[in-house]
Amino acid sequence: MSQTIKIISYKSGNIASVKNAFARLGVVVETAATPEEVSGADKIIFPGVGHARPAMENLASSGLAEAIKSFPRPVLGICLGMQLMASLSEEGRTPGLGFFSERIVRFQHDLKIPHMGWNDVYNIRGPLFKGIPEGSFFYFVHSYYMPTSNEAIALCNYHTPFSAAAASSNYFGVQFHPEKSGDAGATLLQNFIDL
Amino acid sequence: MLTKRIIPCLDIKNGRTVKGVSFGNLQDAGDPVELAAAYSKNGADELTLLDITATLEGRSTFLQVVEDVAAAVSIPFTVGGGISNEQQVETLLARGADKVSVNTSAVLDPGLITRLSDAFGNQCVVVAIDARYHENEWEVVSHAGTKFTGISAVEWAKICYELGAGEILLTSFTADGTREGFSLDITKDVCDAVSIPVIASGGAGNPQHFLDVFTQANADAALAAGIFHYGLVSIAEVKAFLKEHGVPVR
Repeated sequence: MSQTIKIISYKSGNIASVKNAFARLGVVVETAATPEEVSGADKIIFPGVGHARPAMENLASSGLAEAIKSFPRPVLGICLGMQLMASLSEEGRTPGLGFFSERIVRFQHDLKIPHMGWNDVYNIRGPLFKGIPEGSFFYFVHSYYMPTSNEAIALCNYHTPFSAAAASSNYFGVQFHPEKSGDAGATLLQNFIDL
Repeated sequence: MLTKRIIPCLDIKNGRTVKGVSFGNLQDAGDPVELAAAYSKNGADELTLLDITATLEGRSTFLQVVEDVAAAVSIPFTVGGGISNEQQVETLLARGADKVSVNTSAVLDPGLITRLSDAFGNQCVVVAIDARYHENEWEVVSHAGTKFTGISAVEWAKICYELGAGEILLTSFTADGTREGFSLDITKDVCDAVSIPVIASGGAGNPQHFLDVFTQANADAALAAGIFHYGLVSIAEVKAFLKEHGVPVR
């Protein structure tokens, strides 16, 4: 099956790791920096690191936000990418793309922040987690999180339970970094390729 | 549950992994990409690559190593050694590094921590603190442990945290190379002083030492080089021991 997977290239994305992870699966991921480049893809990966507000402003001014909103095929948001798919982020009171109904909130202050390292996920479901055992470990680095909801397709605990992954129509989001999560992460990316 | 991390460290010189036998006496320890892949396969949670080359030529060789490691391994890795500005960090991240560590350059220019954190996010800014027990205090040493700075290690850790560090890599120069265990007191003091993850380094000699630094000093991760390179103990053995004693590991 020949398909074009593109990764959105903007200031707040670390795209080298994601490209490498797909390359290990034999898939060359192209970069998309303009709305036109986004619309021509079969699937989109939406990465993100850093602060929500500058990232969202950047997406809005470049027209990429609208391009993602009107994209009818599978989109995978990673880390901040997932958070920007929510209705609102508490980080800088940033309105998101609105694909997920939950609001993004910050971990409590008595915890070590960021939540950084390998943590296990549970209550997993759906095609993205096909072949991945319950309790598998993924690599997380984040200070804000999406609360649990009926859109969650995987949960994780860091003092409080939160959504490790969520899905709504053609939009998928993972809070962890599948590109840095060893074999389990590679399986998840392969599942995205196979969607 | 969030697990404790075990992080092997590779010292890279002119594109090869080296290990110190005694001060200044370096032995070739193999191809860094092969070693990184092997550690990744054998349960390492992250990797640290430290560039100990001083020449420009060596620096460009190191960039190639970073790129090759990034292509080969599917776990996070931190890159350190001689990083002093945003441009270098941008280059390293573009080559596939996940985090960078700054050490002496942050002591000389603390604002660097904030600039890097603002530009790239605090998740990728590791501040490496080298500490040495000196006149009844743990003092920060710079320039690869050769210069006493007069700064308290705990105070410096707090400052780094406030300036935007995402993680602290605390190396005890007093314990480093002894294989007699991590310096638990200073590790605990730093862990208590900051609310970001702390990686303990220096002194690992056996699995019990890892257990001690996690349970007594509350470190979030532990880094070691020699014992893993020499095959004195494997990461799998350390993890099995930790698991047996109730420490969450992957």
